[in-house]
Amino acid sequence: MGTFILRRLMFLVLVLAGMCVITFTLTHVVPGDPARLLAGQHASAEEVRTVASMYGLDRPLPTQFWIYVRNLLHGDLGLSLTDRRPVSEDLGQFLPASMELTLAAVLLVVLIGLPVGLWAGVSRGRPIDHLLRFLTVGGVSMPIFWFGIILQIVFYKQLQILPIGGRLGILDMEPPRVTGFYLIDTLLAGDLPTFGSALVHLILPASALAAGSLAVVTRMMRASVIEVLDADHVRTARAKGLLPAIVLTRHVFRNALIPTTTVLGLQVGALLAGNVLAEVVFNWPGIGLYAVNAIRNLDYPSIMGVTLVISVIYVLVNLLVDIAYVALDPRISYGAGKRRT
Amino acid sequence: MSESATSAPMLEPATAWVAPVRRRGTLRRLVANPLSAVGLALVLFAVAVALAAPLIAPADPIAMMPDLRLQPPNLAHWMGTDDGGRDILSRIIFGTRSSLLTALGILAVASVTGTAIGLAAGYFGGWVDEVLMRITDMFLAFPALVLAMGMAATLGPSLFNAMLATAVVWWPWYARLVRGQALHLKHEAFVEAARVSGASALRIAFHHILRNCLTPIIVQMSLDIGYAILTLASLSFIGLGAQAPTPEWGSMVSIGRDYFLDQWWMVTFPGLAIFLAVMAFNLLGDGLQEALSPRLRR
Repeated sequence: MGTFILRRLMFLVLVLAGMCVITFTLTHVVPGDPARLLAGQHASAEEVRTVASMYGLDRPLPTQFWIYVRNLLHGDLGLSLTDRRPVSEDLGQFLPASMELTLAAVLLVVLIGLPVGLWAGVSRGRPIDHLLRFLTVGGVSMPIFWFGIILQIVFYKQLQILPIGGRLGILDMEPPRVTGFYLIDTLLAGDLPTFGSALVHLILPASALAAGSLAVVTRMMRASVIEVLDADHVRTARAKGLLPAIVLTRHVFRNALIPTTTVLGLQVGALLAGNVLAEVVFNWPGIGLYAVNAIRNLDYPSIMGVTLVISVIYVLVNLLVDIAYVALDPRISYGAGKRRT
Repeated sequence: MSESATSAPMLEPATAWVAPVRRRGTLRRLVANPLSAVGLALVLFAVAVALAAPLIAPADPIAMMPDLRLQPPNLAHWMGTDDGGRDILSRIIFGTRSSLLTALGILAVASVTGTAIGLAAGYFGGWVDEVLMRITDMFLAFPALVLAMGMAATLGPSLFNAMLATAVVWWPWYARLVRGQALHLKHEAFVEAARVSGASALRIAFHHILRNCLTPIIVQMSLDIGYAILTLASLSFIGLGAQAPTPEWGSMVSIGRDYFLDQWWMVTFPGLAIFLAVMAFNLLGDGLQEALSPRLRR
């Protein structure tokens, strides 16, 4: 286990290095004249030269790369072209909102997807299974941004029971910032009404974001449950007279979880990317909305900052998933490179 | 036919004469599943709409008609009109073209690049494999949409750049797939036979190995095309794809978002088009995978 984690960490370093190369290429090589981008379209040739020497953009590319990596290692993602603040500061401010939204969506996926997948698996071939199969195909094909707007039309415009967007109502006071997660900060401040408001504001964006992954995880869970139900140990458990509920929870559910965890980990990437779309639709002040505003202003340092941060989170989550995978299934031992069966 | 192929006719997998029989069986299995049949029908419908767009669209998709602004669905405009008075149905019909073409473009670029890299890695092995696969892993470490977003933003907002950016994040999946196949195939008897009979490395890679990778590549493409449409629509929605006034589904939803509380039709119909198109290709892809790989047939 130790060797495995060490090897994964080494790969992580390699991946991060690769990411630096890719984002460096995108910011310094592809745009042709990054100094002009930084200085702005209407800058004079003189101003462009000043900017170029200020940011070291007049040096040879390898030197520039070295400066870029050194800055990154110091947590310096450059200055945002829109608000002239350090990108890392902006990201620090907006990241918690995105994390809160993503975690809420992950929670929905786990709490609904796993039991529903189990249900579909044990009801294989019955009408409910067909209905769920149809719904999951629909869920996978649903554009997040469109689903979000439809939810707004139904629950805000027609039924008038949920807010249209934002993290809080206009009259709510922002809680004192501790974690940046409103659900936690409001509780820490003992402000229950605002906690309720934050929760209500989270429902639609989290649902829109979760739909696609929910469908994928449900399908995967259904498939693994069907696979496990055919296994010998389940037949044995049944034959020795265990209660069906116990067979389902102890034998079927637990074993079906193993392949589903990997899929769930991959879905975190989809959720992080989907965040961008959900945040635009629900005006959710996270890094996704920040990125899209940056795109509209051609603010490259900010765009690359978001790309890098989301990718690093994604890589870390995948590492955690791989570790969880080993912990869940004792037969798998990556360290020795062998699989005991 | 070159010498090596004629010298080992029996060992070459008999795709030429088995294929038609197998293909007919595949189609039968495909339509036997009602969901796949629906998918196939919808895909054929979308292709027909894309081909016949200028013939069936009731109005010009681009010309502004200020008098007809924001009309709800009616007999003259089945899906209503947008803020420029343009017929939404006509825009959706023309949007089918850009969605299908760009999705195909993504898959063409991604599969050709990925196949070449995967083939080289799998066939040559050793350090070539090591280097190519580490680069592939690097690209796979990014969440696809996010990297595509960064790349499309760098290249500048346009439908073509969005397509290119998406293809750049997509090829690693094909590289992995083809490498796996190539590793498995290069020790097969017919490849050994071709090598013994003096076929060149290039010939073996393309003629013998690539040919036998085609089925998994096609299945993968059919599974991917729905996601390609979805990714492009998403990029267009955030302003990185098609630019106004090009009729494109994602950007139509984006424009409609400014009006959606009162003019619901402006977002509803283009979004529905994306949803149905993606679902059609997903159903077809699932069906094709099931019909072509015996392991999944239960």
